Amino acid sequence: MIPVLLILVPLVCGLITFFIKEEKTAKLWSLTGSVITLLIALIGVTTMKGSNLLTYDASWIPTLGTRFTVGLDGMGKILTLLTAVAFPIIFGATYQNKYASPNAFYGLMLLSQAGLMGVFLSMDMLLFYFFWEFALIPVYFLCSKWGGEKRIAVTWKFFIYTFAGSLLMLVGILYLYTLTPDQSFAIASVHNLSLTSSQELFIFWTLFIAFAIKMPVFPFHTWQPDTYEQSPTAVTMVLSGVMVKMGVFAVLRWLLPVVPNASLRMADVVIIISIIGMIYASLIAIKQDDIKRLIAYSSIAHIGLMSAAMFANNATATQGVMLQMFSHGINVIGLWIVADVIEQQLGTRKFSELGGLAQKAPALAILFVVMSLANIALPLTNSFIGEFMMFNGLFQYNYWMAGIAGISIILAAVYTLWMIQKIFYGEVRGAVSGAMEVTTNTKLMLVILVVLVVVFGVYPKPLINITNDNPAKIVAQLK
Amino acid sequence: MNTIIVSAILGVVMMFSGIFIHNKAAFKNIAIAGLLLLLGINIAENYGYLLFKVDTKGMLHFERFGLLFNIIAIAATLLFTLLSGRDVEKVGNYTAEYFALIFFILCGVGIVTSYTNLMMLFIGIEIISIPAYILTGTDKRNLKSNEASLKYFLMGAFSTGIMLMGITLLYGTNGTFMVERAGATFPISYLEAMGLLLLFISLSFKVSLAPFHFWTPDVYDGAPTVFTSFMATVVKIAGFAAFIRLIESRYGSMGSQTDRLVAIVIILTLAFGNLTAVFQQSVKRMLAYSSIAQAGFMMFALFALNDTGKEGLILYAAAYCLATLGIFAVLIKMEDGTFEGFNGLSKSQPLLAAVLTICLLSLAGIPLTAGFFAKYYMLAAVVKTGHYLWLVVIAVLFAAVSAYYYFKVIQAMYFKEGEVNFPPVTARFKYLLVAVAAVIILLGVFPNALSQFMYF
Repeated sequence: MIPVLLILVPLVCGLITFFIKEEKTAKLWSLTGSVITLLIALIGVTTMKGSNLLTYDASWIPTLGTRFTVGLDGMGKILTLLTAVAFPIIFGATYQNKYASPNAFYGLMLLSQAGLMGVFLSMDMLLFYFFWEFALIPVYFLCSKWGGEKRIAVTWKFFIYTFAGSLLMLVGILYLYTLTPDQSFAIASVHNLSLTSSQELFIFWTLFIAFAIKMPVFPFHTWQPDTYEQSPTAVTMVLSGVMVKMGVFAVLRWLLPVVPNASLRMADVVIIISIIGMIYASLIAIKQDDIKRLIAYSSIAHIGLMSAAMFANNATATQGVMLQMFSHGINVIGLWIVADVIEQQLGTRKFSELGGLAQKAPALAILFVVMSLANIALPLTNSFIGEFMMFNGLFQYNYWMAGIAGISIILAAVYTLWMIQKIFYGEVRGAVSGAMEVTTNTKLMLVILVVLVVVFGVYPKPLINITNDNPAKIVAQLK
Repeated sequence: MNTIIVSAILGVVMMFSGIFIHNKAAFKNIAIAGLLLLLGINIAENYGYLLFKVDTKGMLHFERFGLLFNIIAIAATLLFTLLSGRDVEKVGNYTAEYFALIFFILCGVGIVTSYTNLMMLFIGIEIISIPAYILTGTDKRNLKSNEASLKYFLMGAFSTGIMLMGITLLYGTNGTFMVERAGATFPISYLEAMGLLLLFISLSFKVSLAPFHFWTPDVYDGAPTVFTSFMATVVKIAGFAAFIRLIESRYGSMGSQTDRLVAIVIILTLAFGNLTAVFQQSVKRMLAYSSIAQAGFMMFALFALNDTGKEGLILYAAAYCLATLGIFAVLIKMEDGTFEGFNGLSKSQPLLAAVLTICLLSLAGIPLTAGFFAKYYMLAAVVKTGHYLWLVVIAVLFAAVSAYYYFKVIQAMYFKEGEVNFPPVTARFKYLLVAVAAVIILLGVFPNALSQFMYF
């Protein structure tokens, strides 16, 4: 029952939000809705494995062999938790922002949450495809309506890119369906297929391109920096904090176990393009003069590492990916919140016009520095353990590749510290002189994030426990 | 049989009512009543109640598939009349005649969904085409309308000639007009192959498949927009009903020989339709090209020729008619038919904009709309055959291209600033459009609602 509620609560709340004309009520309502979702997700995470509460199955379109099957396993738990944590924090941190027609804005946000939940919960491949697209449409409208100057063209590129990818995935899914002995889309059927190597390769590429566009992995990443820059920051947080995890998650759930042989054969290719992407994105990040673009490229670099580690055919690395999906979500949302504060207060995102903000807003500076250190994966922050496990796994796969990938750690430190320095230290520049300390609720949200960063950095065991049984299973399929 | 006879009678009734009734608004209501009657008796026939017992000498065969197609065609006409009946009155002074022609077209539809004899196919196609030529030219004082009508007529006459030649060749080699040929041997003679090819070409003309599609944009653009809406939906899907019956019973047994031909036609159609639609300035022309592209997708049913394909064709026809009629109903009322004309429509008419968005999403094949399952069935039908996977990959890439031009309208409505002078619309019009959107979404979540009536 819990999975159904996780989809239904944001969906219904979102639909109701469309009809709330008053801005304050709409905000409060959507915040309440997302908090309720968070509570349900927490119940889901703490429910023991094997409980009836964690699965739900109903007839949907019998003639097509697809059922409405949803379920929470370890990997699902950690991502639904991330989705559920992200939305209240996003709503809280951007509570002061003014939007034209707020009812539509918050309604679409909650609809996208429902879509995301569905993606992470589906145990039926056609249902998964449904939610995959369902999550995209609200985001398309959000970015095109409330984004920056070039929003229409940029969102357009993003949409066509991902839509083309999804359609390719549909072909792959259809092909898989015809190959299943019982003509069904159920996860058990597609996970236990034995295919010829040419069939596997065909399916691998149709699915992988769709997932790679979503993540995004080099060379499919070109939509991402522009979209992150032009979207309203609340939506950027959804995109980079939660939505890109759809791609990573999809590889772990619907690619590696389904076409293990092709995945092993193509592992080298994927890891190499991922590493190229990491280094390339890090180098570009160093050159950026815009906070949002810098975070966008840094995000590509981090996702690149996850995508490389997933294909390393190693349980430790896979475990690391799962942890990192959660940690990266938390960290990147924190960075975006600060970027949003700066943009809203000072009206600029350019480093060349910023400087000395620490003197004006010391608390913000401290919180931002902690988030940034987490972005570099310093020990005692949450992403350290995940990145360590991923590199560990990559080393076991091939130490040359791991070594080259390791360069990105240094580059990450370069651009992140450079960003801190430019924004918070040095002389107070013109735009900054009028800056004030941030509002209490934004500070509160950042404090919550920082607490999460430190707690899971020092004691990651609960997170590891949640996802304990998935990595071994995935790797066992690959053997 | 019910449909064919009753629609012909209704056509005559409509024509005479033009003499006796002088109130323009009455014709629409008579037409609606007639269509409801037609729908009722067609559904009755579906359950085995026949009004007339006619010996067709085996030239017509009524089965579930054809009857379902009739229901869709009649329901689409009904929806068309309800949504755009007012606009039919504005075209010219002969409202009764326009509706009479529409009933005659439905009579033709009844024939082409159930023929088993090539002569009946010919008669049916002609009964559909000739009223369509006239409807195209109804805007008498408009040069574009005249040109379109003449063009349509010449092209149509040309393709009819080709069809007759094909039928002649088939008759010459087989000695029968029946579509199905018992005891066919392979390889078939050159004359017979030529006959089949000519028949294929002429029907490709009728449903505007590339490279025989050149008349479509001009005719759709020149015709009064109300009738474009009718031709792009009912006339088009009727052509497909005729086509699939022919291919199923005649070409189907020939296997891979026709596969290649159909595959080439599909790729050409998708390429021409989609790529040209991208560059259109006028929404009406864009819809004309998009109807070509959608025809390319419908061809998959004819390519795969399995139950999934047939079931899908019904769903596709329904989804396509619903969405296209919805879009046209709004487009007819627009002063400026270009993409810029739609700028800012969401501000002045939020409800209409939302419905249009759902219709466009459905045409683009986004999940949660009927269009998704329509496309899904088509792709599934081909994937099930196990061959030609590359054809499916090409098709989905073109589907992504189609999103490009459909979303241009959505972008204009929602994200661009502009003033739209939209004429006031009645509450009933709005409710109807909302109902259309609701049905599109319902079919998008539970496609079984429609297809469970079918057991082939």
